Amino acid sequence: MPNENPMLRVQDVKFRYDPEQPRYAVDGVSMEIRRGEFVAVLGANGCGKSTLAKHFNAILLPETGTVLVEDMDTRSEEHLYDVRQKVGMVFQNPDNQIVATIVEEDVAFAPENLGVPPAEIRTRIDEAMKLAGIYEKREAAPYKLSGGQKQRVAIAGVIAMRPDCLVLDEATAMLDPHGRAQVMRTIRQLREAGITIVSITHYMEEAAQADRVLVMSRGRIVMEGTPEQVFSQTQRLHSYHLDVPQAAELRDELSKVGIELPKEVITPEACAEELYKLLK
Amino acid sequence: MPPVTAAPIMRYSGVNPTGRNYASPTNLPEVRNIPVAFFNSLSLPPQGEAYSYRGQKRHPARAGVVFCGKGQNTVSHIIEVQNLTYVYNPGMPDAVTALDAISFSVEEGDFVGIIGSTGSGKSTLISHFNGINRPTSGKVLVDGKDMWQQGADLRSFRFMVGLVMQYPEYQLFEETCAKDIAYGPRNMGLSEAEIEQRVREAAAFVGLSEELLQKSPFELSGGQKRRVAIAGVMAMRPRVLVLDEPAAGLDPEGRDTILSQIKEYHEKTGITVLLVSHSMEDIAKYANRVLVLNHAGIAMYDTVENVFARAQELLELGLSVPQVTQIFLRLRQMGLDIHTDVYTIPYAVKTIRKALAAKQGGAQDA
Repeated sequence: MPNENPMLRVQDVKFRYDPEQPRYAVDGVSMEIRRGEFVAVLGANGCGKSTLAKHFNAILLPETGTVLVEDMDTRSEEHLYDVRQKVGMVFQNPDNQIVATIVEEDVAFAPENLGVPPAEIRTRIDEAMKLAGIYEKREAAPYKLSGGQKQRVAIAGVIAMRPDCLVLDEATAMLDPHGRAQVMRTIRQLREAGITIVSITHYMEEAAQADRVLVMSRGRIVMEGTPEQVFSQTQRLHSYHLDVPQAAELRDELSKVGIELPKEVITPEACAEELYKLLK
Repeated sequence: MPPVTAAPIMRYSGVNPTGRNYASPTNLPEVRNIPVAFFNSLSLPPQGEAYSYRGQKRHPARAGVVFCGKGQNTVSHIIEVQNLTYVYNPGMPDAVTALDAISFSVEEGDFVGIIGSTGSGKSTLISHFNGINRPTSGKVLVDGKDMWQQGADLRSFRFMVGLVMQYPEYQLFEETCAKDIAYGPRNMGLSEAEIEQRVREAAAFVGLSEELLQKSPFELSGGQKRRVAIAGVMAMRPRVLVLDEPAAGLDPEGRDTILSQIKEYHEKTGITVLLVSHSMEDIAKYANRVLVLNHAGIAMYDTVENVFARAQELLELGLSVPQVTQIFLRLRQMGLDIHTDVYTIPYAVKTIRKALAAKQGGAQDA
């Protein structure tokens, strides 16, 4: 349900870790994340994408410019709790985000701290664990879980706060393909439940599943569009030290030998479809 | 002696933790077996013709390997795993068999990709190659010798097999990158000139400039740090280089850079490389053999072509296959008569051109 007021609005944000240094980690970014959208943010190591993400729930505050979470300025102290409740964050290393010794206790950590009544906590964490696909493991010890399962515990812990937006900062980077697939499935479920998703990733295949892709380079947003639009510009992506999904690479290589597939081919499904038309 | 933290010991897992000089190279029989390329770089004459164990002249990429002994071609496998079982917490209620009676061998000069889902035993296995894990039963022979045999010199095995752990950049600790890379060779008791030479050589392999070498590792980017850590192991000139997810967490360009450098190092030196990776695309691109682990056992051990020809089985094992392979599997499901052992882009292009030509040829005939 597209809403006229965006989930997140970033205006002319500049940020540097060291005010003595001339280089800005985020160097004049303006963007919007609409409600219910799934946005992937791509960029080489050190391009400022994680720094930008940390502005979304006031972990970092802009040096200049503003970040608005549903029209609340992240710099205003009085809104801090609301901002953090609305925008939840999941980080790369699952082991750094889990505090309790039993899964459901870990998921209950945030609502307990928000002062949610006990009965309500029970409903919330059950709902969150089901949504994250970790309900069967609710009584397990987190250290016994796989990376993908732990990451879903971390996601459930955030979901239990009932946020409107979930920001994943390379949440699949340390996972194996199986774990990554689990987390991606969870992301799709959350999106269907109406939660806005911002995912920062190095995996082009994951970005290909998003509604919109933003590409960052040297602290700025340099490309923006649907995955099809972005991944049809292979040369340009290479210049930002990025890649295209293998299906798109095949599309480009075929074009070099005179076999043209449509530019929107970026997933294995679409690629197989087009090849089938060609070869049947 | 200043205390040395545990972390660097794990990375240069061959290093004597006390930092005590261990032995001069002449005392190490294994040193005679280092590749000719290295002797050439030291302007020393090679010690004999290079023949494979089958008596054939070796492939140029592998010709660097000089066998020890009096012209005997007895050592064919650099690593031989015989009936290896490893149990965590043996005899306890929570005992877990991580490896269950597995056997395989690696020929010297191979580039083997090791894949398997989390918990399949990959890390447990590679920790055996230089004696971090001791087999619960069975044997691991390196260069035909058992490091756990009585009287065997464990440390010499650790110089022979260099292990690069996951996220090795967390283990950098020296003031400068050059010093960090020199840590391993220094602990091997080499001369300053030799150490210097090795640091430069290893740095060149991973593309670190002179300027970077003089910087603190902590001033470097993640990808650069990773390369410093890998150079530190290369500088020990192991005969086998084992890498656990060397590209994890890097951006696409960083991945390609590091893996291409490892491939080039492999081709130039003839050193055996074992690469653990979750990325089927990377294994397909760089390895020539693939070991697939599943539930503490070996599911497949074959050439890259043969393993990816069994793409459907790989999927059933819960592994992914490269996206190009997925495309061809899909085409076959759609009813197209096409090979599914396609695992690289160039091969995919070739296959599609061929299929297209066949279709057009067929149309003309009709």
